[in-house]
Amino acid sequence: MTVKAMTAKEVARKVIENKPLFILDVRNGDAFADWKIEGGNIQYLNTPYFDLLDGVEEVVSELPKERDILVVCAKEGSSVMVAKMLDEEGVDAAYLEGGMKAWSEHLEPVKVGDLKNGGELYQFVRIGKGCLSYMAISDGEAAIIDATRMADIFLDFAQEKGAKIKHVFDTHLHADHISGGRQIAEATGATYYLPPADAEEVVFDYAELVNGLEVAIGDAKIEIEALYSPGHTIGSTSFIVDDQYLMTGDILFIDSIGRPDLAGLAEDWVGDLRESLYSRYAELADELIVLPAHFMIMDELNEDGSVARKLGDLFKENHGLNIEDEQEFRDMVTKNLPPQPNAYQDIRSTNMGKITPDEEVQREMEIGPNRCAVR
Amino acid sequence: MNADKVLDAKGLACPMPIVKTRKEMKDMESGQILEILATDKGAKADMTAWAKSGGHELLEIEEAGDVLKFWIKKG
Repeated sequence: MTVKAMTAKEVARKVIENKPLFILDVRNGDAFADWKIEGGNIQYLNTPYFDLLDGVEEVVSELPKERDILVVCAKEGSSVMVAKMLDEEGVDAAYLEGGMKAWSEHLEPVKVGDLKNGGELYQFVRIGKGCLSYMAISDGEAAIIDATRMADIFLDFAQEKGAKIKHVFDTHLHADHISGGRQIAEATGATYYLPPADAEEVVFDYAELVNGLEVAIGDAKIEIEALYSPGHTIGSTSFIVDDQYLMTGDILFIDSIGRPDLAGLAEDWVGDLRESLYSRYAELADELIVLPAHFMIMDELNEDGSVARKLGDLFKENHGLNIEDEQEFRDMVTKNLPPQPNAYQDIRSTNMGKITPDEEVQREMEIGPNRCAVR
Repeated sequence: MNADKVLDAKGLACPMPIVKTRKEMKDMESGQILEILATDKGAKADMTAWAKSGGHELLEIEEAGDVLKFWIKKG
């Protein structure tokens, strides 16, 4: 008897639509505590597969009858075994195809909106890791911001839309995930831009992403304008697209702000972070729709699965934008920080081109949540 | 380190390294040491957690290239 597989895409739809699901996570306790499939209507049981080798009777009584049951493990093998054992006990359960690795790599494209002179803007929600990438398409041309490692997804998407990728940007040198920017640029002949202040140690050629840089895509001339906004890294740069959207990178999120310590200089950059958030962003139009490079919790997702909020609303609601006292702000972003992302030093070196790990190693490096924010 | 027995679980994917280790352990006496070779990276955390939950003592882990070596003393 074969058991059913559930794909990462199917699980992503359940999470976005807030559908009920019961997850039996059979990874070890530490792995589960560190990172799991999050969702508003998910119930969990964590029992490591090695405690179920003699039989699953002990967990059967804890599984609900009225919910779909999904068995989850790191790579799939153990979840298939446990799902089969459950099946033999008469319990209908699916396993997560490709395990948490597939979950980490799944991207869900969500249309954010139309561009004024024609064209569309898409957000690619990496739901398992909380990374957000963007593709603006107009008149057969595309620009990509903060692409994740899974370059093929962006290449295929552009091809489906009949668009040629012209510009590829990273808002900063990422520390939580491996950028797909360089690979996409190499595959398409597009220009790859990085902020020079983040790219001092980079070993490949790139175009300089500097304050005031403007590029256009398509005949409709959709404008993409760079705004220097340091603080998460010294080079961090935001984008204003089509006078409607503000891509904030890892400086400003929906319910949190960027942490200044991942490149090792929290104390030095906290002033820049405050200046970017409290001065530069404060001068921008309230109507701009903020599109960050990450989300941290599922509550930050809108009903359609997108992560977007008006800048004016964030100035009212985001705690990190409402700390009047400078010392209090300094303390918040430099003390009691969450743990740093898994393998963040190696991820930075990979993004600089200094090391080129195999795909399998790159996957391992990216395990876990992004942890780029402070709240 | 001297082991009473060696289990080669190289090339096996999760859950097999632990399934085999567990089977091997059943035939051993308390206090004996089993050496396990594995290439599945996940084995590192899982073997540690499994040994703990089963009351065994994980004496040492060594990484030599792609191969992980474990020494576990039966509890």
